Amino acid sequence: MSYLKPGLPAPVAENDGLDAPYWEGTRRGELMVQRCKSCGTWQWGPEWICHKCLSFDIGWVQVEGRGKIYSWERPWHPVHPALKDQGPYIVVLVELPHAGNIRMLGNLLGDPKQQVRIGAEVEAVFEPHDDAKPPFTLVQWKYR
Amino acid sequence: MTDRTLRGRVAIVGIGETAYYKHGKSPDPEFVLALKAILAAAKDAGIDPRRIDGFASYSNDRNDPSRLAAALGLPELRFSNMQWGGGGGGGAGAVANAAAAVAGGLADCVVVFRSLAQGQFQRFGAAPPGGVATGEAALNAPYGVMSPAQRYAMRAMRFLHENKIGDGAQRAIALASYAHAQKNPRAVMNGKPLTAEAYDASRWIVEPWRLFDCCMENDGAAALIIVPAEQAKDFAKKPAYLLGAALGSEYRNGARGHNAPLYATSSFTTVAPHLYAMAGVKPKDVDVLQSYENFTGGVLMSLVEHGFFKAEEANDFLVPDNLMAPGGKLPLNTSGGNLAECYMHGLELQVEAVRQLRGESTAQVKDPHVSMVIAGPMVTPVSSMILGSVETL
Repeated sequence: MSYLKPGLPAPVAENDGLDAPYWEGTRRGELMVQRCKSCGTWQWGPEWICHKCLSFDIGWVQVEGRGKIYSWERPWHPVHPALKDQGPYIVVLVELPHAGNIRMLGNLLGDPKQQVRIGAEVEAVFEPHDDAKPPFTLVQWKYR
Repeated sequence: MTDRTLRGRVAIVGIGETAYYKHGKSPDPEFVLALKAILAAAKDAGIDPRRIDGFASYSNDRNDPSRLAAALGLPELRFSNMQWGGGGGGGAGAVANAAAAVAGGLADCVVVFRSLAQGQFQRFGAAPPGGVATGEAALNAPYGVMSPAQRYAMRAMRFLHENKIGDGAQRAIALASYAHAQKNPRAVMNGKPLTAEAYDASRWIVEPWRLFDCCMENDGAAALIIVPAEQAKDFAKKPAYLLGAALGSEYRNGARGHNAPLYATSSFTTVAPHLYAMAGVKPKDVDVLQSYENFTGGVLMSLVEHGFFKAEEANDFLVPDNLMAPGGKLPLNTSGGNLAECYMHGLELQVEAVRQLRGESTAQVKDPHVSMVIAGPMVTPVSSMILGSVETL
């Protein structure tokens, strides 16, 4: 059971492979992000070069799926046919303090009309879409 | 002041617009709209359109300058320029690019234009069905983040939260645009006034934005003609001199997946100081302001970043009375802007800024000399510009 109704665009890795380790990680239930092998800087979204030391030697590491809500929104107006009967839903931007305060976007699970608290602690929930073509897994969030 | 400036080097001497339509309602194809706006601007300037020798636009306008030059029978094309990225954030950037070309001797008479026919082409606010998403879109679309409103609401939400800004601030921006549109017969929302009660009762598009916090989508075209300052007095109308322009965005604004370090901004924190430095004016010198409303929260942040008030003063400053022409402290969006005149992707704001300096606005400020435009906020790159009367040179 997915948070949003099926039929939204399916995420696929870029054809240059830049973000493939992230999407492959989600299928395993692992949250993979970039960390520079030269200077240790955390980086998200993915890029080919470290924005701090300009090394191309960017590594991928698994991080714990927890963080704090940095911002949020509640869309009501459906802009995609798949969301026509969805009703409101919540999108959160989650900051990961243990990974250089990188931010990740997802939906906040639970009542779509619930109050959202900036600063509240949340943890990641992997949401597989095994029947999609191609299959993929989203990273959602819920209050801890 | 260095010699490397656009201050006083060029002037806007012609403005032109088509009629403005609800989206999908233009009787003309987009290219015809572009031609009509350009010809209207030439007529306004009192020149033969064949004097035009360059074009500048933004947001990947589909009307190619070489086709325009051929269609208009221009003797030669000397400048063909597209402001790269940022959608409506490029509106003042396109003027800056045209100005730089004229000031630098690349061309003598450059048109800045934008044309949209959203019946002929896809709307901004609707997502294409199904399919796949890659790159930045893969981090957004599967979670239901697709339209511009959905893309930028979290920037404003964070800003409102950090600065404890109440509902009245965004509402005042919407009310000002609608009030000014009631005086403007060109405005799509002319004859449709908005009350605070109607605003409060309107449906959410995406919290923190209601229906009236969001721009319209429209069909139409607008154009401006830019010439060297030393020729400006030879044209039919009072010239609007460019005092300053700036474009760009702050450190890593374009970091993917909503990872801009300064997330809760309209992207102007580095741009605005460059603008004022070139123009040689301060916020208190600005007589009238047009500030691009994609969403009211973006205007709010734009005003803060351009120094009109501090974030913690927003609740007090952003009340309708302060934003109304002619008597408000900061008359804002005096034609009705993107919310209520026409979403001409913001170029109607540059046209209105010129009109104010000429004394031709339908919500005219008394004897303005400094007229400012802030283009689309929260995107990257953004841009803003300041025009002045001859007395400011």
